[in-house]
Amino acid sequence: MKMVNVLLVDDEIPFLETMTKRLAKREFITASASGASEAIKLIEKNSDIEVVILDVKMPEMDGLSALKIIRQRFPLVEVIMLTGHATIESAIEGMKHGAFDYLMKPCDMDQLVSKVREAAMKKRRHDEKILEAELKKITTSRI
Amino acid sequence: MNQPRRLKEPYYKSLISKMIFIFIAVSFAPLFIVSGTILNQFSISYKEKSDAHLGELVLKHRQNIDGFLMEKLNNIRFMAKFFSIEELNKKGVLRNNLDALKTEYGSVFEDLGLINEQGIQTTYAGPFKLENARYSDSEWFIKAISNDYFISDVFLGLRGTPHFIITVRLKSDGKPWILRATINFAAFNSLVENLRIGKTGFAFILNNMGEFQSKPVFEIDHEKINSFYKLIQEGRKTKEGLFFSEMADDSGRENLYVASLIKNGDWILIYQQDKSDAFADLTHAKKMAIFIILLGGIVIIITAFFLSKWMVTRIALADREKELMNQQVIETGKLASLGELAAGIAHEINNPVAIMVEEAGWVRDIMEDEKFSNKENKDEIERALTQIKTQGKRCREITQKLLSFARKTDTSKEDVRINELIKDVIGFCAQRAKFSNVVIVSKLQENLPVMRLSHTEIQQVLLNLMSNALDSLEKRGGNITLSSALEDNEVVISVEDDGPGIPRSNLGRIFDPFFTTKPVGKGTGLGLSICYGIVKEMGGEITVRSVIDAGTTFHVRLPCTKNN
Repeated sequence: MKMVNVLLVDDEIPFLETMTKRLAKREFITASASGASEAIKLIEKNSDIEVVILDVKMPEMDGLSALKIIRQRFPLVEVIMLTGHATIESAIEGMKHGAFDYLMKPCDMDQLVSKVREAAMKKRRHDEKILEAELKKITTSRI
Repeated sequence: MNQPRRLKEPYYKSLISKMIFIFIAVSFAPLFIVSGTILNQFSISYKEKSDAHLGELVLKHRQNIDGFLMEKLNNIRFMAKFFSIEELNKKGVLRNNLDALKTEYGSVFEDLGLINEQGIQTTYAGPFKLENARYSDSEWFIKAISNDYFISDVFLGLRGTPHFIITVRLKSDGKPWILRATINFAAFNSLVENLRIGKTGFAFILNNMGEFQSKPVFEIDHEKINSFYKLIQEGRKTKEGLFFSEMADDSGRENLYVASLIKNGDWILIYQQDKSDAFADLTHAKKMAIFIILLGGIVIIITAFFLSKWMVTRIALADREKELMNQQVIETGKLASLGELAAGIAHEINNPVAIMVEEAGWVRDIMEDEKFSNKENKDEIERALTQIKTQGKRCREITQKLLSFARKTDTSKEDVRINELIKDVIGFCAQRAKFSNVVIVSKLQENLPVMRLSHTEIQQVLLNLMSNALDSLEKRGGNITLSSALEDNEVVISVEDDGPGIPRSNLGRIFDPFFTTKPVGKGTGLGLSICYGIVKEMGGEITVRSVIDAGTTFHVRLPCTKNN
């Protein structure tokens, strides 16, 4: 499988650094942001980002607001919500707004890796479908 | 504490006493005021009627007596006018007149006599030998000779029997003569004797000197006689000339007196009656009224006692319920405070724990690339890292439960389709069930009513029940059946597992907060307590049925109210 491009967003810097290193060690292409605004800028710049691991509770802009923006502006990017205070409401709310899944801190690395891969696969399937649809469109127009 | 023992508390004892006092005071006050007023008015009215009746009677007898005396006087005056002295001096004329009077009035007239200026009875017709009897020294003669007519007091005279005389003064050749008639005392006395009312009422006549002019039916203390005149002076006088007064006799009995002057004020007619006899009916009526008031009073006291006790029992019961409610409120407040505290702690702890776990994970990642010369040290480090991971996971579970307990759920009601909700919950739990080798089956009744509930809350209830069922099947796998049904206007949601079951000794406590049978670190004991609170708040009921080694079923019954 092609290496997955992941963006980690969390205001807890030690957590962010360690998690980035661990994911990188598991052959993920990683990027990190300590806030929602920074994350959005990074996604804008780097169109290869496939999955965003997004902390729910952040000081500048909370995860749910960031999720809404990401889903609106980058609908193909999959988002996994990561929260230190996971509740059914915040999870459901996130799912309602198009999050791929949610995980609660401290999370199991294997579980996280599994979720990220699933999200990436989903994203790639979408990409393929879009690509196929465009190819079909081009082929049809040529015929 | 049971109610009888509770009522012995000083507060309730005092309350009972106060209520009894208030009941009695409130009931007795109008009873006494109304009864007293009516009785007083009745007494006044009765006495007025009684006085009026007595007055009427005495007045009538006064007229009778005065009429009797005047009639007899007029008879003699007529005789004096009609006959000359010469004719009257003839014995036959007086005899004929006496006979005529006796024929007319019976034995009222006893005799007739003509008395000259010297007081010698010159002519006499009657049963006694009183011819030439000398009256010049008699008191009555002195008065009779100086008045045109005269009625004497009752006296014994020469004949020695009580009588009184009526005289008319005549003149012949300038010399005065007295025509005299003797009135039979018995005939006169019968006029007074007839005045009888009740058992003790009778009348008598006194002259100015306090001498009896009639024979009293009952004996009268002579010493009292003078006081009758005082009574008349001090008593109540009516415009008809009647005097009303009261006086006690030697035995202490109160007597009622009605008096009237007769014979131009020379005599006094006195009616006497024992007050208790005069007002016997009034006394009887009073006794009856007092008896009824007493009877009513006893009924009021008994009612006040039992009613107060009953009411205070109810108050004590309400107080007890209030106390329990207050305790519940305090407990709830404590739990809420605890929850808020726990939420704060959970949130603050989760992030550092996550960092610790991740750092441990990172150490393990690095270790994979390192070659350890000492295998024991490597194993020890790995064991320590595994322990950090395990305990981190444990921390997460604790904080998750605490957050779940403390969080403020969305209680706003919305239309909830129970079957769809169950399908959602199954979806949420599917992954965990898959890992635990648990098969989730749903048996849903179609066409259930749409319920008006807090979606978040009922979802939490079902998720908690599912979580417990999954926990019970975690080790060995099994089946969970989620079903819905409509029974007796209630929607019943059942969560059934074929796990190990709950021991009977624990069944009664499973809804208590912080009660858990899970291993240390696995459960907080809050899940079912939260479920219980939510379902109760919805007006529903949550029950459990469990058989060891056969499984456990939770039933959530939600009423289909008007709102639903």
